[in-house]
Amino acid sequence: MLKEIKTDSFNNQMTEELEKLNRRSMLLMGLLVLGVILTFGICVGLGSLKIGLDELIKIIFRFGDYDPVLSEIVWDIRFPRTIGALLGGAALAVAGIMLQVFFRNPIVEPFVLGISSGAVLCVALVMLGGLSLGLGAVSSLGLFLAALLGSSVVMIVVLVFATRVKDVVSLLVIGLMMGYICSAVTSILQSFAEKEALQGFVVWTLGSFSGFTWASVRIIVVLCIPIFGSLIFLVKPLNAFSMGEEYAMSMGVNIKGFRIFLVAITSILAAVVTAFAGPVGFIGLAIPHLARLLFKTADNRILVPGSILMGGIVTAFCDLISRTILAPVELPISAVTAFIGAPIVIYLIMKRRTSL
Amino acid sequence: MYFQTDNLSVGYCGKALIKNINIGVEKGKILCLLGPNGSGKSTILKSISRHLKKIAGTVFIAKEDMNNLNSVEVAKRLSVVLTEKVAPELMTCEEVVATGRYPYTNHFGKLTDEDHRIIEESMAAVSVLDLMDNEFSHLSDGQKQRVLLARAICQQPEIIILDEPTSYLDIRHKIELLGILRKMAVNQKVTVILSLHEVDLAAKLADTIILVKDNSVYGSGCPEDVLSDTVIKKLYGIEAGSFNMLMGSVELPKTCQTEPKVFVFGGDGYGTRCYRALHKRGISFCTGVLYHNDVDYQVAMSLARQTIFEKSFRPISDVIYEQACKAMLNCKVIIDTGFDLDGVTNRNRQLLELAYNTNKPILSLRKQPQKTKANIQYFNDIGSMISCEKLMLESGEKISISMCS
Repeated sequence: MLKEIKTDSFNNQMTEELEKLNRRSMLLMGLLVLGVILTFGICVGLGSLKIGLDELIKIIFRFGDYDPVLSEIVWDIRFPRTIGALLGGAALAVAGIMLQVFFRNPIVEPFVLGISSGAVLCVALVMLGGLSLGLGAVSSLGLFLAALLGSSVVMIVVLVFATRVKDVVSLLVIGLMMGYICSAVTSILQSFAEKEALQGFVVWTLGSFSGFTWASVRIIVVLCIPIFGSLIFLVKPLNAFSMGEEYAMSMGVNIKGFRIFLVAITSILAAVVTAFAGPVGFIGLAIPHLARLLFKTADNRILVPGSILMGGIVTAFCDLISRTILAPVELPISAVTAFIGAPIVIYLIMKRRTSL
Repeated sequence: MYFQTDNLSVGYCGKALIKNINIGVEKGKILCLLGPNGSGKSTILKSISRHLKKIAGTVFIAKEDMNNLNSVEVAKRLSVVLTEKVAPELMTCEEVVATGRYPYTNHFGKLTDEDHRIIEESMAAVSVLDLMDNEFSHLSDGQKQRVLLARAICQQPEIIILDEPTSYLDIRHKIELLGILRKMAVNQKVTVILSLHEVDLAAKLADTIILVKDNSVYGSGCPEDVLSDTVIKKLYGIEAGSFNMLMGSVELPKTCQTEPKVFVFGGDGYGTRCYRALHKRGISFCTGVLYHNDVDYQVAMSLARQTIFEKSFRPISDVIYEQACKAMLNCKVIIDTGFDLDGVTNRNRQLLELAYNTNKPILSLRKQPQKTKANIQYFNDIGSMISCEKLMLESGEKISISMCS
């Protein structure tokens, strides 16, 4: 009898605890949504060219009289760029968290596994090779498709190896080697490329969201939004995967289907960002960890949307820093993200009691 | 049979390692695989749990071919506790256990009140309820194993498969874990299939035992019938040392084969500790007179150079007594472990009195000193006795601890 009462009060305490945890997560999620809106405003408002707040409001809501040049800057440069950074960052963060859970390794991301390098290689083929073949200017869609081809080929190769080698370190090394091979081919292409094409390519490889136009925004929106939506169906098996593939299998997860889904989604997400912003490092690695630190949970039902929001915010801010801090010189985005990402990786390695 | 395999062949990469496995177990019974490392126990278990592709044959659960079930249906019937260590970060024990609800929850993995109730029940069953909010990766191995078992229970399976669940566990946790399995089998009619390394525990836990050796099923049946000292020796290929099925005890290989220097009066279980202590020091000894049904007899047979024994429930015959006298007189030191001196026709007492008159050094663990002028040295514990000078036999003779099997 006494025991019953004890467990009862224990249960009540438990549910309260759970509710508190959920409330906290919900509150944080709400704050992050607000943060995204705020970030959007700030990123559109600030830039190398100062635009007053009243002017900005006039431009955005298109009333009164405003400078048409400034309007063009806001509407055709800052708007697509900010949307691109928000969605691109979200895409990288989500790809990162899915890979981390799937490979049960905290330091994988599209970049580490060579997926981004594969995309870069195929973009190089189009940008460098394509021009010399006389195909003329490359469309946004063409760039994306090339990047997608590259990223998915590498991802599939890595996965094939993943089924053979069980330990993650070997897998990481394979991913790194794939990355090196892709980079090697890319550099060979570079040495044969025409000067003009090469310059454009080099600028692109530095990574920047400056190239975003409404055309590329359209593609990224069309791809990312449905994918983010479809992730609702992926969080459950993703949660099962945190116990490892063998346990996931014994719980009834369709491993093969899950794998295909995962390859498709991470390849598309990595490709779409790489195609338009060049290789952007560390976001996919750092954001999932930041999300874990913030939400203090391993539940992917919370971490996935959390990573989407945080990825967007952090990347947009990194982009803002890259274009304003030393204006008019624009820093490569990866230079900024590295300053956030690298310390996080070091911190994680120091914190872990077990080896990677 | 509730669970049955029909000519199952298992192996890796399409190559059959173990062929034609026909094993079965009734509902609510425990089936245990025994065998040396690398004999294929895990391969069999993994093939049953579908982690490995079967090479040939069929596995039936309740007369249903497992091939006809999809992964979720299988998950509802069969759950596993694997050998590999898992280290999910930031997951609380409750979350780890909750993953067992996977086959029952909706697309978003939402846990209903019913799910929460089952999670709590499962955790209570293995008494880890108080660890609920602890982070899984911070637990000890014993706790982790219990949480993983709770996870398997939470899946509400009809069959639980455990691959060496007792490795990493200390003796208390081993007993607890196997006790939980037994209780589940009896109360909830859960069928348990597991592999173990501990032969003694397996014999005490399992209803059916399967012996696996060199990639073949070596024998199977009720452990009480199947397991014997010789079967264990053959199964594991033990050449030196021994395993005593009756006592469930392991004895290390004999350390020396020289002629016995010490005669030990055993009996009533007083001898065993002394035999082991002498054996560790590499001192060759003989012992007697033991009755066949004495516990000391079991250990003496594994460790003593010579064991003088009489058949149970009868007075010690003259032949045996003579034999004991001869053996004792050949020894340099005599140890009296404190056997029962009562009885009018107690020939062991007679033998001891003879020893008192031989002028040989006598080391005694007896609590009450004896009225005799004999050269007796009394000890309170074996530790001080075993390191006393008298047992440093003969000046300069180093007792060889080389393993001469």
